[in-house]
Amino acid sequence: MKYGYYPGCSLERNAIAYHESAMAVAPLLGIEFKELEDWNCCGATEYISLYALPAYALMGRNLALAAQQQLNRMVAPCSACFINLAKTDKYMADDPRLARLVNEALAAGGLHYKPGSVRVRHLFQVIVEDVGFEAVAARVVKPLYNLRVAPYYGCLIVRPTLQQLFDDPEYPTSLDRLLRVLGAKVVDFPVKTHCCGGHMTQISEETALELIRRLLKNAADYQADMIVTLCPMCQLNLDGYQEEVNKRFGTHYRLPVLYFTQLMGLAFGLPPNVLGFGKEFIDPTPALAKIGAEPPAPEKREHPSKEALPMPAMPRQDGGKP
Amino acid sequence: MAVTHAARAAPASFLEEVIAATPGGDPRLDRCIQCGTCGGSCPSAADMEHTPRQLFALIFAGMRDEVLRSNTPWYCVSCYFCTVRCPQDVHITDIMYTLKRLAIREGLYRESSATEAPAFAETYIDYVENYGRSFELGLATRHHLRHHPLGAIKKVAFGMELWRKGRIDLTPKRIKNMAQLSAILHKAKELEAANGRGGGA
Repeated sequence: MKYGYYPGCSLERNAIAYHESAMAVAPLLGIEFKELEDWNCCGATEYISLYALPAYALMGRNLALAAQQQLNRMVAPCSACFINLAKTDKYMADDPRLARLVNEALAAGGLHYKPGSVRVRHLFQVIVEDVGFEAVAARVVKPLYNLRVAPYYGCLIVRPTLQQLFDDPEYPTSLDRLLRVLGAKVVDFPVKTHCCGGHMTQISEETALELIRRLLKNAADYQADMIVTLCPMCQLNLDGYQEEVNKRFGTHYRLPVLYFTQLMGLAFGLPPNVLGFGKEFIDPTPALAKIGAEPPAPEKREHPSKEALPMPAMPRQDGGKP
Repeated sequence: MAVTHAARAAPASFLEEVIAATPGGDPRLDRCIQCGTCGGSCPSAADMEHTPRQLFALIFAGMRDEVLRSNTPWYCVSCYFCTVRCPQDVHITDIMYTLKRLAIREGLYRESSATEAPAFAETYIDYVENYGRSFELGLATRHHLRHHPLGAIKKVAFGMELWRKGRIDLTPKRIKNMAQLSAILHKAKELEAANGRGGGA
């Protein structure tokens, strides 16, 4: 399966671990990437705060270049890039006046974009939809037994509902399922789609630190060994600002924050040095040392007392009867 | 077009202006039923002077200056939680972007308690317009030296740590066809000025 690849500014440097691990696991999943030639920044949430039409034209240039380079199936690993590119395509289709004005601007650079000609999806979405859990399972040689992971989706990948939904916008479960396929123990993580604070770390640190604290507390409450993410902004905020949260709130969190592609690589038996390890603020080594060679014993269910009210039982993860 | 009670009772001009300045199809702001699901879902509502619902009520009432002075749009983290939960499918996040643009254009954001956010956006845009890429080191350095010269020391330590881990570039990268991007953005700004802000539907 061939895809156009839009790395985005973060994956060039700050989230290079995400880029390296994505490149390492892709061939094992039958994915081939061709990077979009001369792509530009998507504008994040900043450009559109100052200009509307120029912001859509900025993203429109990437879409026009993708169409020109015949990369009609695009993959963006960063949730913000994904949402901006997919949203521009959708809005140009929904709003003919916007499409006309964006194309007038693109014409100044000798470009044109017909809405709908390029489909942009998030890397994780492509793995779920096109590769599938069975193909991922077939590649697992070193299951992540005993590792307790909190699946963190962040806000943008399942919202807004710009295209066909691939998961629930409030409580998605596809990352849970992928991590289970890798052999990890997925903990309940009720705040899995809550915001990491985004750019607020730069503008209003108090706001951002409180949002980061809630996420860390929730993962720690469920005794997660680490948080698994699929967005560079989420990774930077939860990892890089964790010490700041500890100082501010008097907490002692030491929760590594890794990309799902890094865990896939480990489970596929790839060496850590091709998966971008060593760039984290919170060292993941102690957590990764918990990975055991043997599958954990099946969890025992406590029988509810006879006085308790009847409660529905959750389906068991190992496929056994509740 | 269905018009809610709140919208019908108000001088419609500011509401219409906000809708017209929000491209991407009908933003459905006039369908707001004032249920408050947006504010209840918002992660940063506690820091906002008005919840999104209150802000929309002010828009319906035509209270333009109060709306554009509010810090609310600047505390929006663009997480779209309100947007997916809104029972009326109002494009709330896009409305917040529109209010930021209107507040900047009229200079009213200076009177809000969130004066730093526009400057951060300006610095970010400056790198995009000159290089075609974002540049984290330059962005953080310029922003914090301007706004928190004392706090910048802490940020320098954070930046050093990013650099030590190979997570930050010391120089910005420039795309090859910068001339093309500049021509596109220049033309887009011209069109935006000529067609009214945003060139909305």
